[in-house]
Amino acid sequence: MNKLTFGEQIVTCKTGDTVLDTLLNNNLTIPNSCRQGACQSCLMRCLNTKPPAASQIGLKDVLQEQKYFLACICYPEQDMTISLGPQANLFTPATVISKEILNPETILITIACEQPLDYYAGQFVNLRRADGLTRSYSIANSRKHAEKMTFHVRRLAGGQFSQWVHQELSVGDSIEVSDPQGLCFYLPNRQEQNLLLIGTGSGLAPLAGIIHEALEQGHSGEIHLFHGSREMDGLYWIDEMHELQKNHPNFHYTPCVSRGDTPEGVARGRANEVAMSTLAKLKDWRVYLCGHPEMVNQAKIHAFLNGASSKDIHADAFHVASASLD
Amino acid sequence: MSEEKSSTATLYERIGGEAAVNAAVELFYRKVISDYRINRFFSNSNMDAQIAKQKAFFTMAFGGPNNYTGTDMRNAHARFVTMGLDDSHFDAVMEHLGATLQELNVPANLISEAAAIAESVRNDVLGK
Ligand SMILES: Cc1cc2nc3c(=O)[nH]c(=O)nc-3n(C[C@H](O)[C@H](O)[C@H](O)COP(=O)(O)OP(=O)(O)OC[C@H]3O[C@@H](n4cnc5c(N)ncnc54)[C@H](O)[C@@H]3O)c2cc1C
Ligand code: HEM
Repeated sequence: MNKLTFGEQIVTCKTGDTVLDTLLNNNLTIPNSCRQGACQSCLMRCLNTKPPAASQIGLKDVLQEQKYFLACICYPEQDMTISLGPQANLFTPATVISKEILNPETILITIACEQPLDYYAGQFVNLRRADGLTRSYSIANSRKHAEKMTFHVRRLAGGQFSQWVHQELSVGDSIEVSDPQGLCFYLPNRQEQNLLLIGTGSGLAPLAGIIHEALEQGHSGEIHLFHGSREMDGLYWIDEMHELQKNHPNFHYTPCVSRGDTPEGVARGRANEVAMSTLAKLKDWRVYLCGHPEMVNQAKIHAFLNGASSKDIHADAFHVASASLD
Repeated sequence: MSEEKSSTATLYERIGGEAAVNAAVELFYRKVISDYRINRFFSNSNMDAQIAKQKAFFTMAFGGPNNYTGTDMRNAHARFVTMGLDDSHFDAVMEHLGATLQELNVPANLISEAAAIAESVRNDVLGK
């Protein structure tokens, strides 16, 4: 018999009962459907120990790493503290320590957190300013500098948070940072796997973090980055990426623009389309997609049809919060 | 001895259990979303969730452990019936099921068994 702590409730799980049975028997509402580990409706997360391996079969490796499990096939081996979906959001104070222009619409900010945060390269955090306005931004550095985090913030016309970051936020100012979140991150398993990374606009931020992390960890597979924007103005770090390519023979960089003139070395077309026509066979590849939601969605399906397994496709769509959510 | 084993093992076990389902599901889903006759029923907004559901489809088609009843099948597909789901779409899915299993070199007799199980829920899926 093991105890299950679920929010405020503590219930006892009888030997031979699953977590799902136990919660349902206690009249707790948990989404579920097939009850055999297939449909993943009853996905839950363990907040203390590692869940039994058998309850994680079929989940993406990033979900397994974050202690997600399927309640319907989970027979607890010890007491578990569990939740549905992400944990309650905790914020840590931080200070802006530098601000740098990347291109006319994108700014790089670096913050130092009071406590180093534990994150994986590619994850995002929620940044909260004093009046409570909160937006998600991807961590752009690898895990080497965990007390410092960098972000690439693209200014949207009329965008409340991004305009404020561009125009008002200054070095020395305070800002709050949530726990790192999201499943689009690099794990140093299967280092021989080829990686395809496609980003639009500030979608380069998490991808740059992932690439640096992979290279620092000695990733041996080929690493292909396609960074796209409508016009040349929307690209950045072109020289830095070329430099990285020079120093790492397994890293390949293709900047792409879909409109206007393309200088030599820049591909003409949308980043996802250029990538998919260059790399038509993605069987056994690992894919990371970040940026414009429509690009992310199209590229996901395209990568899958080109042979990538859905378990190996990781994506963060930069959905813009709706005005009504503020 | 071995004969007795094969006659008592379920189709799901004989086909290869969960490993077979995992192998089949992505091949199958690629065929489904590339097929203009039926891909409109498969919304492309959440691919992972859709693939997970197709795992349930295969577990069922292989006669594996599942808790779905005829009513569940009706409910799960009711909104597609209102979108026009009919026998022609069902036949297309059956085609992809067969082709997927052939690609995985599943023996013909086991493919027929799986097809028969899927066929048995036709009326429920089509809301008849
Ligand atoms: C997982 C994730 C990661 C992200 N990572 C990054 C990142 O690394 N870098 C980055 O730059 N962004 C990132 N984003 C996007 C970011 O979170 C913000 O959505 C973005 O910066 C816009 O916020 P804002 O407050 O400036 O705009 P908002 O004020 O939310 O406005 C968004 C847009 O809507 C328009 N708008 C607002 N109100 C109205 C209205 N009433 N009527 C019509 N239009 C309106 C605005 O003009 C603007 O163009 C990420 C998003 C997610 C979900
Ligand atoms: C051949 C017999 C069929 C079987 C055994 C079957 C079985 C299933 C099962 C078990 C699920 C998961 C239900 C859930 O847990 O929510 C499902 C979902 C689904 N089925 Fe079928 N199905 C069949 C035919 C079809 C056909 C012909 C179509 C359309 C062409 C179809 C489209 C779908 C879709 C789109 C979903 C996902 C629903 C969602 O996203 O919620 N199915 N099916």
